[in-house]
Amino acid sequence: MATPMVRAEAVHKNFGRNEVLRGIDIEVAPREVMCIIGPSGSGKSTFLRCINHLEKIDAGRLWVDGELVGYREHGGRLHELPDREVCHKRSEIGMVFQGFNLFPHMTALENVIEAPIKVKKEAAAVATERGRALLDRVGLGDRLDAHPRQLSGGQQQRVAIARALAMQPKLMLFDEPTSALDPELVGDVLNVMRDLAHEGMTMIVVTHEMGFAREVGDSLVFMDSGVIVEAGNPRDVIGNPQEQRTKDFLSKVL
Amino acid sequence: MTEFSADPPVPPGSTRVRPEAIRAVPLRHPWRWVSAVLVLIVLGAVVDTFATSSLHWSVVGQYIFDARILQAAVVTLYLTAIAMVVGVGLGILLAVMRLSPNRVMAWVSWLYIWFFRGTPVLVQIFFWWNINTILPYLSIGIPFTHVMVQASTNTLITPLLAAILGLGLNEAAYMAEIVRAGIISVDQGQTEAAHALGMRRSLVMRRIVLPQAMRVIVPPTGNETISMLKTTSLASIATVHELFFVQQDISNFNYRIIELVIVASVWYLAMSSVLTVFQYYIERHFARGSVRGLPPTPIQRLRRMLFQFHAAPPFGSAAEPGVEPWLPPTMPHSGM
Ligand SMILES: Nc1ncnc2c1ncn2[C@@H]1O[C@H](COP(=O)(O)OP(=O)(O)OP(=O)(O)O)[C@@H](O)[C@H]1O
Ligand SMILES: [Mg+2]
Repeated sequence: MATPMVRAEAVHKNFGRNEVLRGIDIEVAPREVMCIIGPSGSGKSTFLRCINHLEKIDAGRLWVDGELVGYREHGGRLHELPDREVCHKRSEIGMVFQGFNLFPHMTALENVIEAPIKVKKEAAAVATERGRALLDRVGLGDRLDAHPRQLSGGQQQRVAIARALAMQPKLMLFDEPTSALDPELVGDVLNVMRDLAHEGMTMIVVTHEMGFAREVGDSLVFMDSGVIVEAGNPRDVIGNPQEQRTKDFLSKVL
Repeated sequence: MTEFSADPPVPPGSTRVRPEAIRAVPLRHPWRWVSAVLVLIVLGAVVDTFATSSLHWSVVGQYIFDARILQAAVVTLYLTAIAMVVGVGLGILLAVMRLSPNRVMAWVSWLYIWFFRGTPVLVQIFFWWNINTILPYLSIGIPFTHVMVQASTNTLITPLLAAILGLGLNEAAYMAEIVRAGIISVDQGQTEAAHALGMRRSLVMRRIVLPQAMRVIVPPTGNETISMLKTTSLASIATVHELFFVQQDISNFNYRIIELVIVASVWYLAMSSVLTVFQYYIERHFARGSVRGLPPTPIQRLRRMLFQFHAAPPFGSAAEPGVEPWLPPTMPHSGM
């Protein structure tokens, strides 16, 4: 079997005395699309942030593409990775946020080519070429020079996806990418994500879009107060939930 | 003036005839007239007082373009510029140190700000100017060895350098606080997104956080610069030949004290006015991206006014080159 793209083993995370993740076990295969659902405050965002080491985990083990996140195991002990290596690993994982977080002082194209040029040290011409192609692909080929505030939410989120893709990541993390959007703008963003999934991108998507989870997701995880309550095939989990907590949650969102 | 770049769609059944323009009786503003009269009376009194005093405006006119005064004005500007460069550069460094996860750095920065903000700038200039009395020689070397470079403090610390040290190091303490406020004002999500792209801390600061912090940093920095322009007069204590020192030098001979103070004031005012204009344009530059469309500059407004005056533009074609079009809040989204 191929190395899983993401593997979590009893991942724990606490903020002070607040235990946010209380033993998460997960395996995401390459090319798999995993959707995560769960009530507010259940730790979904925190778990995504642990995967690219924006947060340190307190117990358990977490691997991305076969390598420990944030540490190196040596002589039976864990050693913290230097900043440079943590940044390098993050550069191979794309992340899309609920609030877009585009850089407002840069145009759409500048947002997309900033990291390839400054982090990957790509030639400006090469990065620009790919940046244009990516923006074109997400349907914004005519808004290259627009500043984020001149774009609608849906357009901003598509620029944010292009910005993450420009680093040619092996894994994409989406944290409620459509939750801040007006309903009529959600479709454009989901379409881009659906295309990406069909091209074989490995994706972990925190979402409340049950239609997307059912149609595009290969697996679905329901999280509540820091634990995985139920996981499996999206159709099974949504259509025939086994746990009471899952049933309660689904009855509210469906 | 209201302009429409495109005619709104006309609902069926409505006519396109524009109703008659509104002609209302304007509201009266009696207090505006009363205040204007009061201001005129006060102004008259002030002018009268000066006219009947023994102030010699001819002396002011005689010295305003005096070569010594002009040169002193240049020194004042020069000193302002260098002190601000030192202040801003060191201020950014101190602000970043203050916010660094490295406790030692944060503490050093705190201590610096505490000390330099807590003592008068005049005292600091005076200190640097007289440092030779306690340290006749300055040397840089490797500790516990005999390898070193030595120089006489007296020749090293010129009046100008004493003033730059005093003004610049003091300014850095204030700038550090201004820059820190700017950095804190940038949304946490920006740093997070940048880190998620694999950017290192220094790169995030340089490319993402500081450019956005500028919008908060620039206005108070403009104030600091204008304030610095006037504070340079304190450099006279270190015998720097700036505006205040030179005008005093001249009046020590001809006893035209007030006339020369007026000469200096006119120059201070002129220079701070120019700085105010610069400030306006720099602030406008850094507002990019934070407002949808920038307001027109005074010159653009003037041009537009003249343009309007000569020939009313045809309806719908008033968009002017150089002015960013204002964009409606939601753009019609392009199809996928
Ligand atoms: N930086 C932080 N410091 C302290 N507590 C935090 C921090 N980030 C998150 N938490 C806490 O962790 C818990 C889980 O937060 P998280 O954002 O992961 O939830 P979520 O499942 O993403 O919820 P939502 O659907 O509202 O986004 C919450 O109780 C939150 O208050
Ligand atoms: Mg969340």
